[in-house]
Amino acid sequence: MGIIKSFKKNFTWFKKFFKKKRARIGIYGPPNAGKTTLANRIIRDWTGDAMGSVSQIPHETRRARRREGVTIDSNGSSVTLDIIDTPGLATRIDFHDFMAFGMSEEESKRRAKEATEGVIEAVKWLDDLDGVILVMDATEDPYTQVNVTVIGNMEARKLPLLIAANKIDLPTSSPARIHSAFPQHPLVPISALEGQNIDMLYKEIADHFG
Amino acid sequence: MKGIQLDLISEDKLDGMTPMEKVRLILDEVRNGKILILEKGLTPSEQNKLIELTMSEIGPDDFAGIEIESYPVKHNTNFFNKLLGKTTLKTRLTVIGQAAQLKTIKKDRDLISAMVSP
Repeated sequence: MGIIKSFKKNFTWFKKFFKKKRARIGIYGPPNAGKTTLANRIIRDWTGDAMGSVSQIPHETRRARRREGVTIDSNGSSVTLDIIDTPGLATRIDFHDFMAFGMSEEESKRRAKEATEGVIEAVKWLDDLDGVILVMDATEDPYTQVNVTVIGNMEARKLPLLIAANKIDLPTSSPARIHSAFPQHPLVPISALEGQNIDMLYKEIADHFG
Repeated sequence: MKGIQLDLISEDKLDGMTPMEKVRLILDEVRNGKILILEKGLTPSEQNKLIELTMSEIGPDDFAGIEIESYPVKHNTNFFNKLLGKTTLKTRLTVIGQAAQLKTIKKDRDLISAMVSP
């Protein structure tokens, strides 16, 4: 280990000892990865409330939602978070995709317009965070550009990142595939919908962002 | 001859451009129907700029966005960086086209397989 790195590590420990345990954490991921389902579960488990509505139709969350002061206690560690549930990141938004779900053309175009604004807002939030929970759909290819972009951003800023490999309740899920793609980051396989491994996620959140 | 124009942009050319120049070039060329291959990819902040500008230009009748695929960044730890405890990130080859023209079939750490349609 380098001399400076060793000093920085000790200094980080020193800072950690004295710092106020409150971090602003963004929940990121592609559309339909389960970000809002996870945000709802976290908020419900620790405050009894909910964050927002969920839907099978992509881009249901088109404005970032923020919940302040969520305290998570796990295994003796405690962390208070401001949680930002962000709209799904994407590089393409075609209103025809919404029409395939039975929406009218007018409604689809409006949703597409709002979704583009939501993506811009999600990107802008990256500048104001202390860490990210990146929600990946464990049934999908992990090397999507959204995942590569979010991970690249966090690594460039040297901010903590925790991967939630979601949808492990589905038979085709493979958290191992995600782990082999991004082995440098901690990963918790979860089902945000059914609550599988959610306590393990809380422990990682408290350890990682505390 | 009819077909899709592929432009391969060198690392040297990209190094001589500002982030905004890169993003503008990419969007202009892609909107003109070209497929771009960047020898050295975009930095994370350039990727953010590209996503933001792409979103602001999407319209219902002419442009549905872009398909962009790059290999994950490489961590470059040479001797001096190790001594300083520093890691630099090296961006890698990137393919970009209009979402309507370029579709990724498969991607892993060292392979990007894509279909191009006119």
